[in-house]
Amino acid sequence: MQQRLKIGVLYSRVRVEEKWIFSALEKRGVDFDRLDDRAIHFDLENPAPWQEYDAVIERSISYNSGLYTLRILNAFGVPTVNTALVAEACGDKLTTSTLLAKAGLPQPRNVVAFTPESALEALEELGYPAVVKPVVGSWGRLLAKVNDRDAAEAIFEHKATLGSTQHQVFYVQEYIAKPGRDIRAIVIGDRVLTAMYRKSEHWITNTARGGEGELCSITPEIESICLGAAKAMGGGVLAIDLIEHSERGYLINEVNHTMEFHTMQPLSGLDVAGEIVEYAMNLAKERAS
Amino acid sequence: MSKIACPECAAEITLEAGTEVGEIIVCSDCGVDLEVTALEPATVQLAPMEQEDWGE
Repeated sequence: MQQRLKIGVLYSRVRVEEKWIFSALEKRGVDFDRLDDRAIHFDLENPAPWQEYDAVIERSISYNSGLYTLRILNAFGVPTVNTALVAEACGDKLTTSTLLAKAGLPQPRNVVAFTPESALEALEELGYPAVVKPVVGSWGRLLAKVNDRDAAEAIFEHKATLGSTQHQVFYVQEYIAKPGRDIRAIVIGDRVLTAMYRKSEHWITNTARGGEGELCSITPEIESICLGAAKAMGGGVLAIDLIEHSERGYLINEVNHTMEFHTMQPLSGLDVAGEIVEYAMNLAKERAS
Repeated sequence: MSKIACPECAAEITLEAGTEVGEIIVCSDCGVDLEVTALEPATVQLAPMEQEDWGE
């Protein structure tokens, strides 16, 4: 008799995406547990209760909780969507940029420094305007478009004085004048499932900041660059954000490992949650067999 | 459908069918984010504030 799969879903909040994932699991008759990352705890000497899961889908809002949980689960031998290595690669923008550069994939120019003085020097070489980004963070928060040296000095001083140690990593990206939109594509395994434009008059086009979605055709070029980005991060279930440059073509802006798809799923008419569940079930089956 | 009182402004809020524990709802009167902590009977509490490492 075939063993019934057991899947865990790690979450911080039940957003609409998590409701869709729970529903997709129920529809497929999968035995699953809801794992609130604020309520769980681990005994590192006792992996057995966690090894009952054939796979865990990580949907934490907290990057730290999600990443450390994945590290523990992977060390226990539990397959996860995504793996800890992928979460680490995507969750830290500097790591993402480094891996994209290593893979020779197109992205905006990035410079990095560890003091306000050296960051200013690097920015002056890069040129204005530029975008100062926290290495960890999302939803377009704490991004600063820097138009001149006065602004740069102020922002670096504020980061150095008021920020946590993570803000002492000065990560500066070339500013790309986007055509009022960027592109988000969802990659699942070796497939680009769907893509959309995120439109906004603001230079930050994130839908969490009010950007609107419109379906985007997956051209061979988009497919190739997205699959390349996913491979560079280690693969899995990922959202690739692309910027269109008027001369250099598509540039990879960032890769998300616990993407939101509340705009994408209704817009595309595709069952994104179902696809994620199917991907996790395949991992679970491999482990169970 | 369960009714609860907003812990911030005491307005009456009706939970929609299909609401789940862990879901965030917004009080239509005062706009505060509330986390659903139980169903039958329904309870809510003020949702946690956004943290620096939150995101997707």
